[in-house]
This record gives sequence, C-alpha cells and structure tokens, in this order.
Amino acid sequence: MSPRNVWTIARKDFRTYFMSPIAYIIIAGFMLIMGWMFFYTLSHFEMQNMQYQQFNMGKSPSITDGIIRPVYGNMNVIFLFLVPFITMRLFSEEKKQHTIELLMTSPITLSEIILGKFLSSLLLVVIMLGITLVYPITLFATGNPELGPIVTSYIGTLLLASCYLSLGIFFSSLTENQIVAGSLTFASALFFWLVNWASQAAGPVWSEVLNYLSLISHYNNFGQGLLNSSDVIYYLSFIGIGLFLTHRVLDSFRWR
Amino acid sequence: MIQVSHLTKFYGPRAAVNDLSFAVKKGEIVGFLGPNGAGKSTTMKILTGFMPASAGSAKIAGYDVFENAIEVKRNIGFLPENPPVYPEMQVGDYLVFAAQLHQVAKEKIRTAVDHALTKTSLGDVRKRLIGNLSKGYRQRVGLAQALVHNPAVLILDEPTVGLDPKQIIEIRELIKGLGGEHTVILSSHILPEVTATCERIIVINQGRIVAEDTIDQLTARIKKGLIYSLVVKNPAQEGVSAIRKIPGIQTVTQVGPKLVIEIQPGSSEVRDQIVEAAVKREMGVLEFSAEKVSLEEIFLQLTTIETPIENAGVAV
Ligand SMILES: Nc1ncnc2c1ncn2[C@@H]1O[C@H](COP(=O)(O)OP(=O)(O)OP(=O)(O)O)[C@@H](O)[C@H]1O
Ligand SMILES: [Mg+2]
Repeated sequence: MSPRNVWTIARKDFRTYFMSPIAYIIIAGFMLIMGWMFFYTLSHFEMQNMQYQQFNMGKSPSITDGIIRPVYGNMNVIFLFLVPFITMRLFSEEKKQHTIELLMTSPITLSEIILGKFLSSLLLVVIMLGITLVYPITLFATGNPELGPIVTSYIGTLLLASCYLSLGIFFSSLTENQIVAGSLTFASALFFWLVNWASQAAGPVWSEVLNYLSLISHYNNFGQGLLNSSDVIYYLSFIGIGLFLTHRVLDSFRWR
Repeated sequence: MIQVSHLTKFYGPRAAVNDLSFAVKKGEIVGFLGPNGAGKSTTMKILTGFMPASAGSAKIAGYDVFENAIEVKRNIGFLPENPPVYPEMQVGDYLVFAAQLHQVAKEKIRTAVDHALTKTSLGDVRKRLIGNLSKGYRQRVGLAQALVHNPAVLILDEPTVGLDPKQIIEIRELIKGLGGEHTVILSSHILPEVTATCERIIVINQGRIVAEDTIDQLTARIKKGLIYSLVVKNPAQEGVSAIRKIPGIQTVTQVGPKLVIEIQPGSSEVRDQIVEAAVKREMGVLEFSAEKVSLEEIFLQLTTIETPIENAGVAV
C-alpha cells in the first residue's frame, strides 16, 4: 500500500468532481438547505428563549439541545440524499469508459484504487463540512455554546457520511450505469437508516439487533457530546466492510 | 522477454483462448493476426494482468503475469481495444495522470509527457478536452498513454483502428521505430497492417495458433497450396511412396494412419489420383478430407485490403 498511489487516484477523482457541474450543484444545494436550516433553527431558538424569559418558565433549553442537535441531525439526512450523487460515478463511469482497464493494468493495487476513490469523495464531504463551520463560529460570536457536542457532532457526521460513501462506492462497482448505482445507494442507505423504526416493532432480541444495525441509532451519542468507542467501531467497520466488498466485486469481475 | 505457455481462457463454457504457446524476444515486433473473435484481445488482457487465465501461464520480463502482476505492469504499456481515456480531461493532464499511475518520478513527468506528445504528434491538442477530439486523435492519446512511461514491453490492441491513412503511416513508422529498444506485440485483423510493421507474425484463429513465422515464410506457405489428409487402414510403405510419385504432389507426411498431403496450387485434379493410388495398393481408405483450417482459409477471413477511413483524424 503506497500513499503516493492512493493520492494519484484521489487527486484525479477529486479534480473530476469539479470538471463537471456536479460538485458545484451538490455544494450549492447543500449550502442553501443547511443555511436555511441553521437560520430557521436559530430564530426559532431565540424566540423560544425569549418566551422562557418572558413567562419565567424556568431554565431555557441549552444551545446544544436547541441548535446543535437539530442542525447536525438534519445535516445527516441531507448527506443521505447527496452522497449517492457524490459516489455514483466513481467506478461505474470507469467501467463504462473502459478506463478501468488503464487503472487495472497500471502497477497499482486494487486496494489503492478503492482507497483513492474513497479519499476523493471524503475530501468533498470534508469541504462541505468545512463550509458549515460558519455556524459554530456564529454561535461562539453571539453566545456561549459548549465546544464538546460541536466537536463530536462533526466526528459523528463525518463518520456517518463516510458510511454512505462506502455504500455508494460499493454500488458503483456493481454497475456501469451511474443512475442505477446512485439509486441503489440511496435505497440501501435509507434502509440502514430506518432499520431502527422496525426495531421498535420487533421482539426484544430482534430489537437489539436491528437497533445495533441502524446507522442513526449510533449517531445519537455523538449528538449529545459523547464519544463512545462502540459507535466509532460500528461506523469504521461499516466503512471497512463496504470497501472490502467493493474489492471483492471488482476482483471477481476479472475472473468471469 | 515474453513467454506464453499453454494459455487458456474460458468465458463460461467457451474457450476464447485455447492452449496458446509462444515466445517473443527482446526488441522484437510481433504481430498478432486473426479474424474477429480469434482471441487477440483476450490474450492481451491476460498478458497485461487485466484478467487471469483459466489455465497456463505467461511471463513478461521474467515475471509471472499473475503472481507478480505489479512487476509485470511496471514493465508494460498497454493500449486496449477501446482507448482508456477520460473525456473530461485535457490531453496533457491525462498523460500526467498516466505517468503518475506508472510511478514516473515527479521531476521526470514533464519530459515524459512532452516526449509522448511529440512521438504521437499530439503537441497541438495538449490543452484540448479529450471528449472533444475525433476518434483518431483519441486513439493516439491512448497510444501516447501506453508510451509515456517508456516501458520495455508494449502491448497494442489494434493500434491504428480509426486513424486516417496518413496517420496510419505515421503510427506504423512510430511502431517500427520502437523495435530494438522495446518489445512490441500488436494485434490486427488486417494483413497489410502486420506486414508493414512486424518482423514476425502469429496467426491465431478460434483461440489457437495456426501459424507462427516470419512474413516471408508465411506468404510462401500460403502460396504453397492446399493440404489434404488421407486416413487409411493400412499405411504400407509402397502405397505411401506411390502417392508421393504422383505429379503435382509436394510433400507427404505420415502421422500414424494419417497421411498429410500437400499439393501444388492449381492441381486439385490430383485428388482423384491420390484416392485411386490408395485403392489400387489396397490401403483401405477410411477418410479423405481437406485439412479443416488451412492457413489459406484463415487468411480468407482476414481483411487483406486496407479501406481508407473517412472523417478520422480531424479534430473537432
Ligand atoms: N467478456 C466476455 N464474455 C464472454 N465472451 C467473451 C468476452 N469477451 C470476449 N468474449 C468472446 O471471446 C472470443 C474472443 O474475443 P476477443 O475479443 O479476444 O477476440 P479478438 O480476436 O480481439 O476479436 P476482434 O478482432 O473482434 O477484436 C469471442 O468469441 C468473444 O465473443
Ligand atoms: Mg479484439
């Protein structure tokens, strides 16, 4: 595993995002929705605060509960919608354009190719998250929020988005059709996201299992400022399994 | 430099490449000639490590293409059937990427790319998007990609497809110039294509080698005439020599009960005499037939006339 080879692939795919309108559309859409979401939550929070003071209703909700948790919780939903667009072309287009033949006959390993692609999509997500730093900056400028929950929300969101990326890269390796890859990614990400609804209806044992499988149930702790190793391990395993299966798929295609 | 032994590749139950064995020496330019579906591309994909063989082995520069895939890939430049280019990239950037993929040292990339652009006469389109280039230009970009890291071995799958006649001549000259320093295998289903560039040709059909020789020898063999086989119960020596004496017969080779008989071109009437002689000597004729795939038949399937390609080579 050579970092240089991984970076060769990552840089090429990262640049490719910006050679078509896709990256700009994704980033612009993300900023628009998040911006609206943030200022809506903020004004709602201020209004609520004012009401608490006016009517002397006791301790008002904290910035963590009133702003951080809803804003970053919603950001996760938005990533669920956007990640399929980020990952759909990564392998399917290489297959369609036959450029996969260039990659697979170059002196780099399949793992390096897959990691490079993962890294390129991760970089795009990091940039998107970077833009949202204006929200905590605004909060620090105007109030006194807790730092911990903000940091863990970012870690959690990055990990959760990475799970979607891994899933998306896997589906992209299965087909040369971008649209199919994107749709399957969205459907399956939604499935992993929603399993814990089913868990509420299931029996006690199944409920535990389904709850463990659910992608959001592992996010809750991050939202509350808790960095729990079991959540981190879950997300990292999810990412690892997705990339491993991608490796299996691409390797087995050569054998047919 | 290249050593292929008993290479076999199955797609499902069908063998696309069947027990292929050949060797290529350092600096040689070898043509892979065969009609559509002969298994040329499949063989090349195995040699370049794109896919594994079902059986047999291949070595390039002493490395096994499957076990030491990375070492092999370091030593080869590959132009696949469809040039593996990114339409959204500029020609120059694409070649930089190809050089990086092959781990060309950072400070040498610029010169390497310049060289590849010059060799393929692509200097003018360096800043153009590949997607906006004509098919002929894209083919040349693919070729430049195969050359950019100056590999010891070049494997080129139909390198002049889609080029206009002037470009075809240029690329052929380029390939000829690669010999000596580089080892080249190129494939084609056009006879003049290989005769123009290669020192030696390997003719394959339905996944098997049917002939392997220098151009001169091969053309001599095609002109030689037809080959028949006669299977008899009793291949007595006097019968065999009687057949040998028939005028119009070139050689008779005996393989067990089978006599492989080569006749001069334009003397097909000797077939009657062969059978007559065999019956007279009571050899007991079991079978008399034309050899299933004679070289001539293969060549009939090959394109022997070059068709000029229109609309190629002009950048849009
Ligand atoms: N992916 C595949 N799956 C199944 N069969 C295949 C596949 N690729 C090639 N074949 C079959 O294998 C045989 C050899 O194909 P190959 O592409 O190697 O021929 P070729 O000599 O390169 O022909 P051409 O001159 O048309 O390029 C053909 O019969 C083809 O149909
Ligand atoms: Mg072919």
